[in-house]
Amino acid sequence: MSAISVRDLRKSYGPYEALRGISFEIAEGEVFGLLGPNGAGKTTTIEILEGYRTRDAGDVDVLGFDPERAKSAFRERIGVVLQHSQLWPNLTVAETHRMFAGYYERPRNVNEVIAVVGLEEKRDARVKTLSGGQKRRLDLGVALVGDPDLVFLDEPTTGFDPAARRAAWDMIRSLRSLGKTILLTTHYLDEAEKLADRLAVLREGVIIREGTPSELTGGSSETEIRYRKDGHEVVLTTTEPTRLLHELTAEALAEGRELEGLSVRRPTLEDVYLSLTADQQ
Amino acid sequence: MRLLRHQLKWEQRLFWRSRESAVFVFLFPILLFTLLTAVYNGHIYGRPASWALLAGMIGYGAANTAFAGLAITLVSRREIGILKRIRATPLPPAVYLAAVLLSIMTVFALQVASLFALGRILKSTPWPNHLLSLVLALALGAAAFAALGLAITGFIRSLEGSSAVLNVIVLPMAFLTGSFGPTRHYPKVLRAIGDVLPLKYLLDLINGIYLHGQQLWDKPVAVAVLGGWGLFGMAVALRTFRWVPREG
Repeated sequence: MSAISVRDLRKSYGPYEALRGISFEIAEGEVFGLLGPNGAGKTTTIEILEGYRTRDAGDVDVLGFDPERAKSAFRERIGVVLQHSQLWPNLTVAETHRMFAGYYERPRNVNEVIAVVGLEEKRDARVKTLSGGQKRRLDLGVALVGDPDLVFLDEPTTGFDPAARRAAWDMIRSLRSLGKTILLTTHYLDEAEKLADRLAVLREGVIIREGTPSELTGGSSETEIRYRKDGHEVVLTTTEPTRLLHELTAEALAEGRELEGLSVRRPTLEDVYLSLTADQQ
Repeated sequence: MRLLRHQLKWEQRLFWRSRESAVFVFLFPILLFTLLTAVYNGHIYGRPASWALLAGMIGYGAANTAFAGLAITLVSRREIGILKRIRATPLPPAVYLAAVLLSIMTVFALQVASLFALGRILKSTPWPNHLLSLVLALALGAAAFAALGLAITGFIRSLEGSSAVLNVIVLPMAFLTGSFGPTRHYPKVLRAIGDVLPLKYLLDLINGIYLHGQQLWDKPVAVAVLGGWGLFGMAVALRTFRWVPREG
């Protein structure tokens, strides 16, 4: 059963083609990552699925609704974290949650939601006194208060320090364990790799690669071997790492020297991503 | 209905908790009334000056609250993404806007009541006689200004400029239409400008009802012009109102 199904989605802004016919499916309970550089079409895609933008062509089904025409019944079931949005500076964390809870037929318990996003200690603090990371957690809490089946996260950790990012990742994992379907956009590769069950890499309005993180990296059979010889860095890439390593170590042993700084590395998602998006730069 | 009540409750809480809105929107006309009645004596329109100033400040309050206050609230919410965020919830947009309008009307009603009470205490101004006519006139005026307030948000691009733009509209309008005293001795050109502005006709109604014992229906032209401004505002608002900041 698909939570989201997109077929041949197209969108232009004047002469500029933001999406040139993309297709993908997201299963219920899946965390799907939409990855790509700025301007690739991530936000356009997510905003079409959220119902903010109209599409020029293609079929879109989100939880059985066409988001372009869907009304309250659709919005009861989705939660949205926008890329740039603030909330009322003069309300407290608890008040902000209560206000949003009132919009839904079956909201979650406000205190539970505040606990899920880790803001218990800031319950009665005014929003304007929160740090950037805490404000993002408030955004997430507000997105969860209606107990949605599907959560849209548009670059949820942009601007976070490393500790706040890890906390956010833990939160997203806990959402997944609650059975929520999550669509996440990001330009951080490690984030996509750590969180997403499946990924699509978007470039210039086209999906250029799709699959699980390991499929994406496993698609490349090259291994990189690095070591230092006479103070110079040697970098070798090979499709037969076992044989090459054996030769290198045998040679070094025979000569009685050390392979200094030896490292053997499989390509990370970042390498794959950079090579996929490279010709753009 | 439940959603409307819920949102109205929170709109009121938001309004009174913000020092800017509570002072500049609610208190400002009341402060001006206190100042003006302290410096003006004698008679205006054949009544004690304080009566006429009370009527003038109610008219100014309608423009300042329902027009400028509403527009600033909506522009600031639009620019920081709150309006967009609200659109993602099941709250219908029409219910949201209705709650925002009712909330600003509530503020205006309290402001009018406070002005009458303050006038009574400071200058023994009388309570209004034709209460129904006055309430209807003020409701019509506030609705017309609210429609114009919705309309102008589409022309204001940033939060920073919004209160400057609105004050440049509201203060001269109040001055030219006689909120701060009669315009009889103004140059012809200025009077001609004042004669097309909506506040002129709201003040006409308030003065007629409060100072001269008339009823709303004694002034059909003023009612029509004010209603016309309201419809014009609504027509423009339907075309220009935006829920999201302008892109790029």
